[in-house]
Amino acid sequence: MPFVTRYLLNRAAYSLVAFWGVLTIVFVLLHVTGDPAALLAGELATPEVIHEIQHAYGLDQPLPLQYLHFLSQVARGDLGYSYRQSVPVVELVVGHIGATVELAFAALVVTVLIGLPLGVLAGSHRGSAVDAAAMLASLFGLSFPSFWLGLMLIIVFGVLLGWLPVSGYGGLSHLLMPAVVLGGFEAAQLSRLTRTALLEVLAQDYVRTARAKGLAGSVVLLKHALRNAALPMLTILGLAFGRMLGGAVVVETIFAWPGMGRLGVQAVIGRDFPVVQGTVIVGAAIFLAVNFAVDLAYGWVDPRLRAGAAHA
Amino acid sequence: MDGLTLAFEPARPTRSGARGFLRRLTAGASGWIAAALLCLLFAAGFGASWVVPYNPASQDLGAALSPPSLAAVNGHVHPLGTDKLGRDVLSRLLIGLRVSLLVSFAVVPLSTALGVVIGILSGYAGGRTDLALMRVVDAQMAIPALLLMIAVVAALGPGLLQIIVVLVIAGWTAYARVIRSEVLALRQREFVAAATAVGARGGRVLARHVVPNVLPTVIVLATLQAPVVIVSEAALSFLGLGIQPPTPSLGQMLAEAQEVIWQAWWLPAIPGVMISLVVLVFNLMGDRVRDILDPRLRGVM
Repeated sequence: MPFVTRYLLNRAAYSLVAFWGVLTIVFVLLHVTGDPAALLAGELATPEVIHEIQHAYGLDQPLPLQYLHFLSQVARGDLGYSYRQSVPVVELVVGHIGATVELAFAALVVTVLIGLPLGVLAGSHRGSAVDAAAMLASLFGLSFPSFWLGLMLIIVFGVLLGWLPVSGYGGLSHLLMPAVVLGGFEAAQLSRLTRTALLEVLAQDYVRTARAKGLAGSVVLLKHALRNAALPMLTILGLAFGRMLGGAVVVETIFAWPGMGRLGVQAVIGRDFPVVQGTVIVGAAIFLAVNFAVDLAYGWVDPRLRAGAAHA
Repeated sequence: MDGLTLAFEPARPTRSGARGFLRRLTAGASGWIAAALLCLLFAAGFGASWVVPYNPASQDLGAALSPPSLAAVNGHVHPLGTDKLGRDVLSRLLIGLRVSLLVSFAVVPLSTALGVVIGILSGYAGGRTDLALMRVVDAQMAIPALLLMIAVVAALGPGLLQIIVVLVIAGWTAYARVIRSEVLALRQREFVAAATAVGARGGRVLARHVVPNVLPTVIVLATLQAPVVIVSEAALSFLGLGIQPPTPSLGQMLAEAQEVIWQAWWLPAIPGVMISLVVLVFNLMGDRVRDILDPRLRGVM
């Protein structure tokens, strides 16, 4: 078997095992530690009502049986029914996933547009004022919590200047602020990592050789340094994209963006367990899928992996 | 002559111990500014009970939504203004800061202890125990942090104690993974083999050789976790899933400010500045501690 195939099979198996683990964690959290029936019925319910609910949702069966039932349901793509809205959870999640994907892509664009130039600028001017300023900016970016940055943008651009709508779903103008808030934090991370990766590559012999044979600084930077610094950047972008797809909880709530994160928060507040469970499972599945896609991209981008069979 | 003096110079005493560490931590402008700010934040948070001008829960509807000013409104001075119920923002801010600091002081040691114990167990026991524990870590890390937290809140309900449990559950995995690999590396080292060879038992090897060697890593991870904990608590409280009224918290103040964002800019601005300041100071200190103790840990948290 070629090295790269073995590597990918390995990664696929890892993702599947991790997903099974996620299902188990979710099951333990929601079925073992809490009593869904009592929570659903509310504080004033009589024991009879609770018992009826338990029976209706199959919560009176032994836990191992419930666990197997739960696993087989998920395997068939069935995430149960919403307690509150009486629609399948899958339908709810599918209805909200589009907005989340849209926001995550926009935020990814923001991350790359801000984080990459900032990191390259800092890394290629190491120790200069530009470097210090860029790293200070990224430190601030890491320290501003998204919910605060979001509120400040709303005050400035929504309330004071009136340029952008403060919340809701719509065209590009609705997308801009949430995307900046969501992507800004990741941009700060990306810029720091880009700088570190670039500094490492710039210290390599082949970069000195490229300089010594008289290549222009920009050519060395773009063709030699950045291409070799691309791998760690790909990893961090993949992680960031997975996080933004799976957990844009806060940003979606501030801007009333009708995505999966907001669905999850509202479900927790409304004690709608199957929906909480569904958003966590789908969020984790997306995160694992994006990471697997990054692994695939590695196999394609990294010549060492492609040629690995000869050397491994 | 340089080479000669260098060769015969007695070994310079390494700056070890707590005093040397503190000196390196506060070296340079950013070091002592961060350290001074940290002390100030601690003083403000933990001295809050003596400093706060008013009861943070007492309402004065006549003075509701007054902007920050040193002039008296309704007979009282509110330097940072009041919220929509006329509660003093400065008092709520300081008590909220104390809650944030207390939560991180509870969560960081607890998740450190849990993660270190599991990491050492996993790295030392190996085999199936290791495999099982690391699959749990992988699975948990596949769930985006905030989603995991809201799932735990869904199971436990909101509240101060619950929030601490939630954050400990969310926080231990990073320790477990790093400590496990440290322990695996340590087990290959000669001094551990030597200790075993002269007959030291597992417990003694752990206590005398393994634990002291993973300690710097643990300290670095803990200082990097503190700001993450503070932001997470604020985020959960902001979403209404964390600390519940009447206990004020910074995240909750932001959430309440959302309703009056059109009239009162200071209500969202002030607690946000406080959270950012706390996180910035912790990040600065965390970076320095990491660079001093263990530069390999860049980008772990």
